[in-house]
Amino acid sequence: MPDVNFIVDGQKLTAPAGTLLIDACKSAGIEIPAFCYYPGLSLQAACRMCVVRIEKAPKLATACTTTVAEGMNVTTESPEIAQARKATLQLLLGNHPLDCPVCDAGGECELQDMTFKYGAADSFYTEPKNHREEQKWSPVVYFDRPRCILCYRCVRMCGEGMDVFALGIQNRGSSSVIAPNVPSQLASLLNAGADQAQLDCEQCGMCIDACPVGALTSGTYRYKTRPWEMNHVATVCTHCGDGCKTTLGVRSVSDGSEIVRGDNRDKSGMNGDFLCNKGRYAFDFTNNIERLTSPLVRQADGKLKPVSWDEALKFTGKKLRELRDTRGPQSIGVIGSNRTTNEENYLLQKFARTVLGTNNIDHHRTADFVTLANALQGTTGRFASQRNVENAQALLVIGGDPTNQAPLTAWNLRTNVRLNKARLYIANHEEIKLRRQAKDFIQVQQFGYGSLASYLAGNNAAAEGASIVAQADQLSNFRTAIQAEEKLIVLIGNEVRGGELANLIKALPNARFALMADYVNSRGASDMGLLPDALPGYQPLSGSALANEYTAPTAPGLDLLAMFDAATRGDLSALYVVGSNPIKRFGIDPFALKDTFFIVQDLFLTETAQIADVVFPAANLYEKAGSVTNSYGDLQLVSKAADKAGTRSDFELIVRLADHMGHDIKTLVPFGKGLRADMGQSRGAQSGEADRHAVWLMANNMEPKLSPFDPFAILDEIQRVVPGYDKLLRLQLLSGNDQHIAPASTGLVQIENRKDLVLPSSDTLFTSGSLTRYSPMLQDVQRHQETEVADHLAAD
Amino acid sequence: MAVVPNTIFSPETAARFDKLASIYPVKRSALIPMLLYAQDEVGYVSDEVVAELAKRLDLLELDVRGVLSYYSMLRTKPAGKYNVQVCTNISCMLRGGFELLDHCKKTLGIGHKGVTPDGLFSLEEVECIGACCWAPAVQVNYDFHDDLTPAKMDAVLADYAAGRGKDVK
Amino acid sequence: MPTLVSHPDEVKVVSRRFGLGAEAIDKYIELDGYKAVQKAIEQGPEWIVNEMKASGLRGRGGAGFPTGMKWSFVPKVSEKPKYVLVNGDESEPGTCKDHVIFLHDPHAVIEGTMIAGLAIGAKMGFIYLRGEYRYLLKIVEKAVADAYAKGILGKNIFGKEGVDFDIITQTGAGAYEVGEESALMESLEGKRGVPRIKPPFPAVVGLYGGPTVINNAETIANAPHILLMGGEAYAKLGSERNGGTRLFGISGHVERPGVYELPMGYSLRKAIYEVAGGIKDGKQLKAVVPGGSSCPVLKADEIDVGLDFDQMGKAGTMLGSGGIVVLDETVSIVEFALRTIRFYQHESCGWCIPCREGTDWLKKTLTRFHAGGGNKKDIDNIQYLAENMMGRTFCPLGDAAAMPTLGFIKKFRSEFEEYLAGARVEHPLIQIQPVGEPELAGAH
Ligand SMILES: Cc1cc2nc3c(=O)[nH]c(=O)nc-3n(C[C@H](O)[C@H](O)[C@H](O)COP(=O)(O)O)c2cc1C
Ligand code: SF4
Ligand code: FES
Repeated sequence: MPDVNFIVDGQKLTAPAGTLLIDACKSAGIEIPAFCYYPGLSLQAACRMCVVRIEKAPKLATACTTTVAEGMNVTTESPEIAQARKATLQLLLGNHPLDCPVCDAGGECELQDMTFKYGAADSFYTEPKNHREEQKWSPVVYFDRPRCILCYRCVRMCGEGMDVFALGIQNRGSSSVIAPNVPSQLASLLNAGADQAQLDCEQCGMCIDACPVGALTSGTYRYKTRPWEMNHVATVCTHCGDGCKTTLGVRSVSDGSEIVRGDNRDKSGMNGDFLCNKGRYAFDFTNNIERLTSPLVRQADGKLKPVSWDEALKFTGKKLRELRDTRGPQSIGVIGSNRTTNEENYLLQKFARTVLGTNNIDHHRTADFVTLANALQGTTGRFASQRNVENAQALLVIGGDPTNQAPLTAWNLRTNVRLNKARLYIANHEEIKLRRQAKDFIQVQQFGYGSLASYLAGNNAAAEGASIVAQADQLSNFRTAIQAEEKLIVLIGNEVRGGELANLIKALPNARFALMADYVNSRGASDMGLLPDALPGYQPLSGSALANEYTAPTAPGLDLLAMFDAATRGDLSALYVVGSNPIKRFGIDPFALKDTFFIVQDLFLTETAQIADVVFPAANLYEKAGSVTNSYGDLQLVSKAADKAGTRSDFELIVRLADHMGHDIKTLVPFGKGLRADMGQSRGAQSGEADRHAVWLMANNMEPKLSPFDPFAILDEIQRVVPGYDKLLRLQLLSGNDQHIAPASTGLVQIENRKDLVLPSSDTLFTSGSLTRYSPMLQDVQRHQETEVADHLAAD
Repeated sequence: MAVVPNTIFSPETAARFDKLASIYPVKRSALIPMLLYAQDEVGYVSDEVVAELAKRLDLLELDVRGVLSYYSMLRTKPAGKYNVQVCTNISCMLRGGFELLDHCKKTLGIGHKGVTPDGLFSLEEVECIGACCWAPAVQVNYDFHDDLTPAKMDAVLADYAAGRGKDVK
Repeated sequence: MPTLVSHPDEVKVVSRRFGLGAEAIDKYIELDGYKAVQKAIEQGPEWIVNEMKASGLRGRGGAGFPTGMKWSFVPKVSEKPKYVLVNGDESEPGTCKDHVIFLHDPHAVIEGTMIAGLAIGAKMGFIYLRGEYRYLLKIVEKAVADAYAKGILGKNIFGKEGVDFDIITQTGAGAYEVGEESALMESLEGKRGVPRIKPPFPAVVGLYGGPTVINNAETIANAPHILLMGGEAYAKLGSERNGGTRLFGISGHVERPGVYELPMGYSLRKAIYEVAGGIKDGKQLKAVVPGGSSCPVLKADEIDVGLDFDQMGKAGTMLGSGGIVVLDETVSIVEFALRTIRFYQHESCGWCIPCREGTDWLKKTLTRFHAGGGNKKDIDNIQYLAENMMGRTFCPLGDAAAMPTLGFIKKFRSEFEEYLAGARVEHPLIQIQPVGEPELAGAH
């Protein structure tokens, strides 16, 4: 669109023709108040707060529906306009309860702010306000009707944004009310077959976020505290692999600081407006009373007993050292986590490779990133980022169901289709909800992704194995359409891996790819080399610069399953598991480990921790700093929000273990370099200054790197030795921005016929691996979905 | 065509609905007429009606309820067999609409939105029904009665009570 | 059944066939029916639009927009089908003129719809009647069926290859706001009657997204007559810039209430005192609401004004829907104002804040005032509320509530003040509950 020139409050402005006046003004720093306007959602013009004066127009115009035009002369603040807004506020306040002191939204309420600005607090109505009881819509959504100002943001957010349509408007005039899609009578539904009930609310809480007032409140946060009594920390959600930024509201409690709220207050993340149920509410596992807060060591009587940190570390360090020295490094295995930071993952594999001296390191893989990196070797610009999903013109989803497994991806796909008319293609073995947004959908045969790849590559004979089609030319039309797309983004679910994945990538030589993995740092775990056959950055075990630096064994180590096999055979002297629950996830027989010295670091006494000889209580992602890499390879900063007395970060634990094994930790963590000179004196007359300086540095997001527990010291090393991560910009990271990281295009490890060890976690919107059962909210919501909701859905 | 098995409607109404859903460029357009015809048959818009219409038109029940609750002629509770709707809007008010309403209240012994114990009559005060020049006007179900007086009203009610009233459907 | 009235001053154009049995198709045809549409097919769209423009016909729905011009706004080519939508929602209190058209001359509406279709290139028309008009709907439905049976509607109408036109009748279910053209389209699409954002205007993006002409039933029923008599001849019947005649419904305190067809520009005083036989029972005139309840009231000494859009505008009120409501000296303006605002409160669709909340507070305040609990400040508050609704709402319903309110306060302020001294409650006016609200227990 060509630019047009117009005047706002005497200021000359320029914006593309077709821009909404309200947006054009906002870009120029002129804020026009609005309740019903919400960027990206359909226009309502219902609240009449955004009225402005446009020269020559007979009436005040709504800035939210007016598009800028050449020569337009606009006034956004004048006594007339202020009076119009004030009158509107007075009308609203006539019925709106003035319960701000107890309202959850108090302090962050748009109505409150406007009233403050336009001075409409005086009420001249003597009639009583219309009162209505509050309603509980679900464990996480409450509706306080009198507070509702009917801006319809929630209705649109749910319908247009989420494609759920669980909210609507009922009644007319002054009795209009927002209503949820709950059939009033179960019985009649049961008879009628409830498939029209559509109670598939995703409990995302987006309606709450969108609500400008306190009409919609969160079941987990309501009446807990006031917004100004919390600290708000923006960090990355620990649950799925999409990498949403979530803002955690924290307050001090006797044993640290507790998270009371998660929301999307800081809309600066790549998730924009979006947060799903888990990102918003499933922080509550951190406050679970079952959190481990003391190291446990198994005693002679076979029971785990709390002991002091010193005792536990000394014991473990000594024992590990002995086992390494007596039974050899190859007898020890290490399993890492999908939810620990890049720094911790890197440190853990470095610990395995250089302190223990073994390549027996692995993690619960939820996508085949090694094949992805290998298949794209020799190319550039072929790794897709989450940002591409937001704005690419054409996208293909193969396998997987983003709506349930990668909610942000699904949101971005929907939004992109809705706002930019992006073309979405889907090939899946079952119908997924995103089909509603898709331009074309083909149903893939069970286990037919290999054939599909082959068919896409031109092998017509593979058609039959690839897809169940209704019409003869459906599949070929699909292929033609896809191949005609010059810039295609391909998102691949974790059903597709190994050779099939490689073939698929080969079949689409111009496309960009991403794999949809399951947890916050699944990609980071792979990138950081929690793999028995590859070093960080998928570098080979021998010959690479890093291999030379590590001087670790060059033969591949045991993978996760092989470690347990070795244990069963009695060949595994020790196993060190960090933040993972393989016993449960891989269905391992606990007796396999009866002769293995077993160390576990975790938040809870999981199935795995229960059989350990030593258990260290660990901090979770919300209680530490560092970086994580989402499924797409987008790197982001995580910040410490909460604090739990009695726990330690995995980073610290690894370092201390190395220390207790007698390792020179300076070779493990390159700390204390560079900055010491800036720190001032730390003894004598000026003592304390260094501390103050360190505090200042922290406060300004700078890196003291004075301590061996400082993850940024390891980030230095990652940047130095991990190809791909060498290009990261510190300032971007520390500013809370995401940046796309791609593995190097040459020099990667080459492995033929790799064993397929990917185990998709099959998480849904309301599960998150082993954390699920420690989150009371997820439990509640599951119960809600399984009782109230499932009753309806399963009625036929 | 969304032909619904086990419809709750009479065969004629069901057939009419099948047809209604097919004549519009978008079938949802049939919703409001359907709601009215369903109400005429069932007496009110029951949950079963909502469920079936939603099914027939591929809508969410929420959508049906949203529409249903917007229009003042649609009701979710049974009315009397003869729903007496007295207009009291300006033209009728000037010519005795309120007196007529009061008279009906007294005669029938019920108030606004009340139903007589025998279920024969219900009473409703309504907004202008488009008979202003023949005020005061009353609608019994869909039938108009205009230029009324309390005495004439009594005769109208007596006709219905005796089964002589017209029943426009 | 509504009684037909007549008066020598009437100039019968749309009402020409009233009472002659023209609801039967053969009779209609005998009385020159369906001649105009055949002429229109022969002469083509441009001719139709030109005749309509020449006729000076202005929309009879209330806003008085020139019909020929409205038709000419529809783009010639459109990807989506075009439609004609006839607005027979007639719900403005004081208005019952479309009622008699549907009753006595339904084919004129059908023929007019076809003409509009030919003018804009639409092949489908909708006739939307308010839900209360079920008995009229049946009359219109029968007329449509008869027209289909005669080959007047459907494919190849009048045997002309490729000339198709279909009509669907539609009904509302009780909602004044649905008379507003964009809310009407929403309602016809099976949705809540909430208006749409304009622009785009219906002529460009209307029903089902296609270009749509929306006209009042009377406007449409005039089209055949205009084409037969010629636009200019029609224009001459009326006053300057207000072509032709109009159906005026005269109700309230007059001797002979009824729907009369008078030339545009006819004197309001004469309409009341001569055509409608003067004030009932020899009483004195107090005030007139000249064009449906949303028009600001005129005092007894302000009725020497011509009944057309421009003269009424100059007199500070509106011609509106042509529903003239006459109030005699006994009427309490406070009560009348309350009854008026209660209607708008009940009918506000609730979409926008100033109208939803404004009508509600106006009603609450007036109710208390009327019941004797008022104070002097209320009068100012009522005025303040109405002033702050004017021009600020999403659709004109807000204005329609504010305008009469301001009129009452402005012209009868003293009566409000006197009312404070000695309230006289004639009717317990609060009975109708807001739509969709559960009945309050104990409400009688
Ligand atoms: C609140 C409101 C109610 C209306 N009700 C009606 C109505 O019942 N009948 C009607 O013909 N026009 C009604 N109108 C006017 C229509 O919006 C529209 O202007 C008219 O149908 C156009 O037809 P015309 O140009 O032939 O007058 C209403 C307008 C508003 C704002
Ligand atoms: S003015 Fe606003 S609330 Fe009133 S009817 Fe129009 S859109 Fe609805
Ligand atoms: S005022 Fe009663 S019908 Fe119009």
